[in-house]
Amino acid sequence: MNKVVRLAVMGALLAAAVPALSATPVTLTVASFPDLDRDIKVAIPLYKKIHPEVEIKLVSRERVDHVNAVTTQLASGTGLPDLVGLEIGFVGRFVASGGLEDLSKAPYNVGQYQSQVTGYSWAQAKGPNGDQYAIPVDIGPGTMFYRKDLMDKAGVSEADLNKSWESYLAAGKKVKAATGAYLVASPVDIKDIYIRSNLKNGEGIYFDKSGKVIVAGNPRFENAFKLAKEAQDAGIAGNIKQWTNDWAAGFQHDQIATQPIGAWLNGHLAHWLAPDEGGKWRATNLPQGAYASWGGSFYAIPAKSTHKTEAYEFLKFLTLNREQQLATFKEMDAFPSLKSAQDDPIMSEPLPYLGGQKAREMWREAAKHIPEIPINKNDGVAEDIINDQLDQVVHQNKDIKAALADAQADIERRARR
Amino acid sequence: MESVLSPAASVETRPRKKRIQAWKWAPYLFISPFLIIFCVFGIFPLVFSATLSFAQWDPAAGFGAIKWIHFDNYKFVLTDSWFWKSLGNTVYIAIASGLPQHLVAIPFAAFLSTVIRGRNAVLGAYFMPFITSSVAIALIFSSLFSKDFGAINAILMWLHNVPGIGIIFPDHKIDWLLDTSLVKPTVSFVVFWRYVGWNTVLYLAAMQTIPEDLYEAATLDGAGTFRKFWHITLPMIRPMMFFAVSLTLINNLQLFEEPFILLGDNGGIGQAGMTTAMYMYRTAFYFSDFGTACAISWVMFIVIAVLSYGNHKLFALAGGKEE
Repeated sequence: MNKVVRLAVMGALLAAAVPALSATPVTLTVASFPDLDRDIKVAIPLYKKIHPEVEIKLVSRERVDHVNAVTTQLASGTGLPDLVGLEIGFVGRFVASGGLEDLSKAPYNVGQYQSQVTGYSWAQAKGPNGDQYAIPVDIGPGTMFYRKDLMDKAGVSEADLNKSWESYLAAGKKVKAATGAYLVASPVDIKDIYIRSNLKNGEGIYFDKSGKVIVAGNPRFENAFKLAKEAQDAGIAGNIKQWTNDWAAGFQHDQIATQPIGAWLNGHLAHWLAPDEGGKWRATNLPQGAYASWGGSFYAIPAKSTHKTEAYEFLKFLTLNREQQLATFKEMDAFPSLKSAQDDPIMSEPLPYLGGQKAREMWREAAKHIPEIPINKNDGVAEDIINDQLDQVVHQNKDIKAALADAQADIERRARR
Repeated sequence: MESVLSPAASVETRPRKKRIQAWKWAPYLFISPFLIIFCVFGIFPLVFSATLSFAQWDPAAGFGAIKWIHFDNYKFVLTDSWFWKSLGNTVYIAIASGLPQHLVAIPFAAFLSTVIRGRNAVLGAYFMPFITSSVAIALIFSSLFSKDFGAINAILMWLHNVPGIGIIFPDHKIDWLLDTSLVKPTVSFVVFWRYVGWNTVLYLAAMQTIPEDLYEAATLDGAGTFRKFWHITLPMIRPMMFFAVSLTLINNLQLFEEPFILLGDNGGIGQAGMTTAMYMYRTAFYFSDFGTACAISWVMFIVIAVLSYGNHKLFALAGGKEE
């Protein structure tokens, strides 16, 4: 018995001693989700060249499972990865939680890199106290995709689509009459892009900087609701939700003529949503000179990670290394957040899916105009409540002012908690 | 005598005493795997969720962030319009899918109990949905119910163009999963379809235990098929009815998977199909509000407990009348 114990202890000691003697190889665990995990897959061979001693283990879960897993890990403080991928919809919740490492303090002092990264997206990863808890890895400048062939058939020009919101809806009626296609998949799409448009620096979507709800009586919401309702009443908005089978089918069967959304949709359209419709799509700016941010992803280090130094090095590689940012861009159309990567000649390449259009130059320009929008940990709750009220306005003719007042009360009630 | 006996007795009792002690703790050792697992996965979550329902907690902030707020979560839930809406949806779907399940399953089981040939094949076919993954079911139905590309609308459109009977079918495609007035019936139908076979199996099993001579006696007395069904079959399967109805009640009030996959995580347009279980999940994992989610689950527990008790009383009452 004693012999066995002694052997086991010796074995354990040896196992602990061996890595300490060699060049301290480290295994970093990175938790992410599809499609964002593809940038880690791109990064692993590139990073191996610079840091052969670092082994990177990718744990990828479905989007919602990923958030739940990280939440559970942060709650219990165990099993935490060294680096976490966060999507815009969840980053607010996590940076506010206190479970992530504050990168603005020593030894990181991440503020020194701020000027290298797209400004509005940098601001989105700040906690309520103004400290930096995550770094953006890609951004989503808002744009409008449209079907050139359907527009030609209906005699609608690009200028008709983006001159003003009124001309956009008028164009939609022509498209519907001539081709039978919906202008947009859903009235929610119009509302979503409108409420994100032309915000002033420091003004959030649903909350201002101090956390006050700014929904009721806000012309941004009133107009968004009005336009969405108009589109629904004119029969030019479908009832197709994003990321459903019907959405993909709508693209494939020429049922959706335009889609205002983030520039990254180009990759999704070309890869799986409607790969056979290549060449028929184009992209243009949003109506009425609007600029909006739609999407974006971040990486952060959990405060209880055991390899913070190495994780921070890898985080810098993902977000601040030009080569890596461009490699990801080529692989998955994730628009680089690093400014120097946005100056690469790849930005001027024609995009085959968009009929050879050099759309990336337009998106880069759009990204420069997007204001800094502070995010709030209750943005998700607010979005739910707004969507619920919009449904009532669009489908049950609820008065817009009353709907927004109800939404305001509901958001305040829930956000206080 | 005593001096002779006592050492012998002490020699004898000492080992026996030890053996008795082993017998004392051995059973606990043998049932400990169950007890440990039950405590970790049964008792602990129960106690934890009851405790959390009196607290405000964003789990991403860690255990240190638990803040005690007494009954605030319960107050919030009971004055929350979304909770009442979800409860309304749940009860609607529970009744619209639950009642037909039994109204169809009982006569169907009675019919099956009279046929021998091919009964198991039919029963197997009806039982199939129950053992199929609910994710697969919901995915299949969501493509069947799709407005523009679904098979159901395609068939309806085709039937509309059949001369003669075409008038009774709609002339436009129906938005099964997005029209707020159709969402609940559609979900109810899927739930009904899934569990009707299970109930048929339960009732058929109960019917097969009814002694044949009861029916023979009734036949001799000149009772027809319907009278035999009404006066023999139904009373004899009452215990099974109580069991099956209780199961339906509990399962339907906790309904989650089917509407979640058919309608999306927010329960469809206007939250028309958001059940209480879905709302609870959303509160916990989307709104990061575990305290309120726990309070919802305990309110739901009370609702289910009260309704189950009512169901029990109802069956007892019906039984008392007949006997």
